[in-house]
Amino acid sequence: MVAHLLRLKLTLLRNGLRRSPLQLIGLAIGGLYALGIVGTCVAALLFLRQQDPLLAQTVVVLGGSAALLGWGIVPVVAAAADMTLDPARFATSAIPMPQLLAGLAVGGLIGIPGLATSLVALATVGTWWRGVLPAAGALVGAVVAVLSCVVLSKVVTTATVSLAASRRFKDASGLAFMVPLVLMGPLVAGVSQGIADSRDFLTELAQVLSWTPLGAAWSLGGDLAAGRPVDAALKLLIGVATLGAMAWCWKLLLQRALVTPPYAGSNRRTGGRMGLFALFPASPTGAIAARSLTYWFRDPRYSGSLVAIPLLPVVLAFQGSQTGSFGVIMIVGPLTAFLLAWSISADVSYDNTAFALHLAAGVRGLHDRLGRALACLSFALPTVLVLAVGPFFLTGNWEWLPAILGLSLGVLFSGLGLASVVSARYTAAVPLPGDSPFKKPPGNVGQTLAVQFGGMGVLLVLMLPEAALLIAQSVTGDPAFGWANLAVGLLLGLALFVAGVRVGGRWLDARGPELLAQLTVNR
Amino acid sequence: MSVPAAALSIRGLAKRFGSKIAVDGISLEVPAGSFFGIVGPNGAGKTTTLSMATGLLRPDFGTAVVHGVDVWARPLEAKKLMGILPDGIRLFDRLTGEQLVTYAGLLRGMDKAVVSARVGELLTALDLSGDAGTLVVDYSAGMTKKIALASALIHAPKVLVLDEPFESVDPVSAANIRDILERYVASGGTVIVSSHVMDLVQRMCDHVAVVAEGRLLAAGTVAEVRGGVSLEERFVQLVGGKVQTGGLEWLRTS
Repeated sequence: MVAHLLRLKLTLLRNGLRRSPLQLIGLAIGGLYALGIVGTCVAALLFLRQQDPLLAQTVVVLGGSAALLGWGIVPVVAAAADMTLDPARFATSAIPMPQLLAGLAVGGLIGIPGLATSLVALATVGTWWRGVLPAAGALVGAVVAVLSCVVLSKVVTTATVSLAASRRFKDASGLAFMVPLVLMGPLVAGVSQGIADSRDFLTELAQVLSWTPLGAAWSLGGDLAAGRPVDAALKLLIGVATLGAMAWCWKLLLQRALVTPPYAGSNRRTGGRMGLFALFPASPTGAIAARSLTYWFRDPRYSGSLVAIPLLPVVLAFQGSQTGSFGVIMIVGPLTAFLLAWSISADVSYDNTAFALHLAAGVRGLHDRLGRALACLSFALPTVLVLAVGPFFLTGNWEWLPAILGLSLGVLFSGLGLASVVSARYTAAVPLPGDSPFKKPPGNVGQTLAVQFGGMGVLLVLMLPEAALLIAQSVTGDPAFGWANLAVGLLLGLALFVAGVRVGGRWLDARGPELLAQLTVNR
Repeated sequence: MSVPAAALSIRGLAKRFGSKIAVDGISLEVPAGSFFGIVGPNGAGKTTTLSMATGLLRPDFGTAVVHGVDVWARPLEAKKLMGILPDGIRLFDRLTGEQLVTYAGLLRGMDKAVVSARVGELLTALDLSGDAGTLVVDYSAGMTKKIALASALIHAPKVLVLDEPFESVDPVSAANIRDILERYVASGGTVIVSSHVMDLVQRMCDHVAVVAEGRLLAAGTVAEVRGGVSLEERFVQLVGGKVQTGGLEWLRTS
C-alpha cells in the first residue's frame, strides 16, 4: 500500500509535468535553486567537522530547529501546502490507517523541500564523522528529525484543512493568517536585536533547544562526540516521543477528516438587498464595478490584500523606530499604490470560468476593463492619498509632499492601466474560487511568475519619468522638481490608464474565447 | 418545399484539442420555434459543439449562424439573440442569487427597472425567491442550475442553448423548468438542450440530433429519428457499444 501511494504521487507529478513544458522549467528552476542551497548547507556542515564541537553543535541544533519550525509554519502561511495526496480523496478507499499514514509520510518526502531537507540532514552525519558512535548517533537523529519535519507539516495541514470545513471559517482564517505574515519583519527584527545584544546567546539558545522537541533529535551526534552518552540517550527519547506524539495527533486528525465531509452551513435569506449594485449606475461598466467591489469585500482571495494594507504603515513605522529615521515611511504611499493597482493583474484568473458570463453576454472589452479598474480605484484612490500624505505629519519634511503624491498617483494609475492589459492577455495560477488564499494554486506557476515579473519590469520602465524627477529633486534639492513630479505623475498616469484600459479592452474583444479556454484548463 | 428559417445553423464545425479530435465536422439545422434535443454519450462532443455555436469556444473549422447572424463574424449581435446555460462552468458565486441574475441583465445593457421586475418574476417561477438573498456559493447543485438558467433567460433571448439543464435538478423543479420552456417555445422561441436522459428528450423535444465521437449520426424530428422504436433503443443501435451483460455474476447479493 505504501508503494502504491508512492507510485500515485510520482504519477501525479509526472502527469502534471506532461501537461505543460513550462511547468517542467518551473520545477527545474526550483530544483537548481534548492540544489544551490543544499550544496551550500552540505559544504558548511562538512566544513564544521574540522571545527570546535561546541560551535558545530550550536549550528546544527539551531539550523535543525529552524528547519523543523519551518516545516510546521510554511505549509500554512506560504501557499506551499502540497495537497496532491489530499487525505480527503482517500476517504472512500478504506485503506488501513497505519499504511495510509506511512504512505502519506513517505510521499511527503518526494518533492523539492523533502529531498533538500533529507540531504542536508544526512550531511550532519559528515559533521560528526569523528568516530563511529557520533556518526551513528547523527544518522539516527537525522532520520528521526526528517520524519518529524514531514509529520509536523502533515499535522498542521490536516488540522487546518479539517478545521476549515465551513466556508465562513475558511474565509476568516485566510484573512487572519495575513496578520502575522505581514508583521513577520518587525517580529524577526526584534528577536535578532535581542540575539545581537548578548554574544553567548546563540550557544545558550542551542543548548536549551537541544532539550526541547525542536532540537533534541538534531543534537544526538554532538552529545556523543562530546562524550555525553546519557544526555544523548535522553534526547533520543525526547525526539522519538515527539515523533510518536505528532504521529498520534495526525492519526486522530486524519480519522476525523476522513469521516467529516465538508459542510457549508448558512441561513436562507430572502432578497431585496442589492448591496453595491444599488449604488453603481445600471450599465455594464457600473455592474462590473459593483460586482468587482463586492468581491473585494466578500472573497478572501481579494480581501486578504485589503487586510495587509493597514499593517504596512505599522511595519514601516517600526522600521523607522529601529533606525531612528522615519524617512523610509514616505514610501508607504507609492508602495500601497503599487500593491493595490497590481492586485487586479490576475482579475480574470480569479473569476475562473465564471468569466464565461461576460463572454456569453457579449460585454465589450472596454466596459469589462473599465469596470474592474474603477472598482479598484474607488477605494484605492482615497487610501493611497491618505497614506501618501499621512507620513509627513510624522516626518515634517513637507517639501517632499508633491513628489511623493506625484509618484503615488503615477504608480496607481499606470499600474491599473498596465494590469488591465496584463489580465486581458495572460492567465495566472491563482487559488480557485472558494479556496483559501494560501492554497497552492493549480496550473502553470512558471508562466505566472514570468508574466508577473515581466509586468513589474514594464511598470518600472513606465515609472522612469517620475523616478528621474525624484532623483533630480534629491540631488538639487529644488522643490520645483517635486511640483513637476506631481504634474507628470497625474497626467502621465492618467494617459497610461486610459491607454491600458483601451488596449486591454481591444485584446479582450479579440481574444475572449481564447482567454476562456486558458481559464478552463485550471478550473 | 419551403425550408423553415433556421434559428441556429451550423456548418462543418470542427475542433481539435491537441491530438484528440473533439468535434469532427458537425452540420446541423435547428428550425425556428423547435424544441431541439442533442443526445450523445459522455465525451461525444455535445458541450464542445454548443460552446462553438454560442461563441464561447473558437472553432478550428466551420461556421455557426443564429437567425442569419454569423456568431463568429458579428459576435456581439449574435449573443444578444442567445441565452446560454453552459455546463461545468463556475458562476460569480459570491453574489446573492438575486444579484447574480441582476448582474447578468445589466451586463447586457438592460434597463434597471426592467431587470428588477424580471428578476422577481424569474426567481418566483423557479421557486428561488426564498433564497434570493443567499450567496450562490451556498446553493445546492440543483439551485445553482436554476439560478444559472434564470441568468440565461433574463434578456428574453430568441434562442436558448441549455447544456445539461436537468442535471441534479429535483423532479418538481424539473417539471417547472419544462413548463417554462414549453411556454417559451409555444410563444415562438427556440430551445436547444443537450442531455443523455433519453426519456426526457423523447417526451419534451420535437426534434433530436444524435452525436457520438464528434460526428452527427442522425438528425430530424423525434418521430423520424426513432423510426418506431423508443429513442433509447434507437440511440443504442446508432451509437453501438452495448455490452452483453452476462458477466458480473458476483454482483448478485442474494
